[in-house]
Amino acid sequence: MTYTVQIKVMPLKELLDPQGKAVKSSLESLGLDGIEDVRIGKNITLLVDAKNPVQAKQIAENASKKLLANPVMEYFEINVN
Amino acid sequence: MKFGVVVFPGSNCDRDMHDALAYDLEQEVIMLWHKDKDLSQFTTDDCIVLPGGFSFGDYLRCGAIARFSPMMQSVIEFAHAGGKVFGVCNGFQVLCESHLLPGVLLQNENRQFVSKNIFITDAPGNVYKIPIAHGEGRYYADEKTLDQLEANGQVLFRYCNEQGGITDESNPNGSLRNIAGICNPNRNVFGMMPHPERACSEALGNTDGRKIIKNLLIARQLVY
Repeated sequence: MTYTVQIKVMPLKELLDPQGKAVKSSLESLGLDGIEDVRIGKNITLLVDAKNPVQAKQIAENASKKLLANPVMEYFEINVN
Repeated sequence: MKFGVVVFPGSNCDRDMHDALAYDLEQEVIMLWHKDKDLSQFTTDDCIVLPGGFSFGDYLRCGAIARFSPMMQSVIEFAHAGGKVFGVCNGFQVLCESHLLPGVLLQNENRQFVSKNIFITDAPGNVYKIPIAHGEGRYYADEKTLDQLEANGQVLFRYCNEQGGITDESNPNGSLRNIAGICNPNRNVFGMMPHPERACSEALGNTDGRKIIKNLLIARQLVY
């Protein structure tokens, strides 16, 4: 069965995110109040052929560890649908 | 000794590197295609160079995809066997993604692509003027790794001012501890963001790059 797997890859919390910082200052100049922080990462969608959601998640996790995320700078979260 | 320069799709300093090594430093240079994997013509006295550029369009992360090209598997084996590997700019990013060097190069703190001459130092009194051209050159590693790099003398170059002062103002990208270049503990894998190959020809008005390449890669040969 084919599962849609969403992988959220985000810069580590302790890292400066220059892109997020730029967007935050732009939101401020729009006059939008109440936004305390902006962090920007990426969303990767995989179509995975697997027996069950657990296996689909394992495949995505393996892909994330090997290539899709770099643990020195990023963390990832996986959602299987 | 001879040099091999790896060409990835998107490399754009491979020819500069070739010309600097072949014509300005009079070394034997062989160009290597990323889809090949044969390094049998090289011994561990030789040096494989990963040039600057935008390998695989910088997709996903700078250097992340190049790391899995067939030639890189051979380069990683070559490095583990003790062969010299030298990465400049995108090549440095590839070395970090390949875990041949620790840490990572993040987007510049000022969010800008910076292309200009800067100064770097490898020891008190030694200052080199070398061009940089990158958008992702902010060296980052955790504190423990940084302390280890310093304790082992693995920090090769730091950004400095013209007088050699290592200051915040002379740091063009926000690199931690002004780090511009590092090596591995065995001192056979070298990576740096500045481009010494662009400063090797008298016609270009700056030959500081020659000293760097000679000291780092060629003179060592004579010492052994």
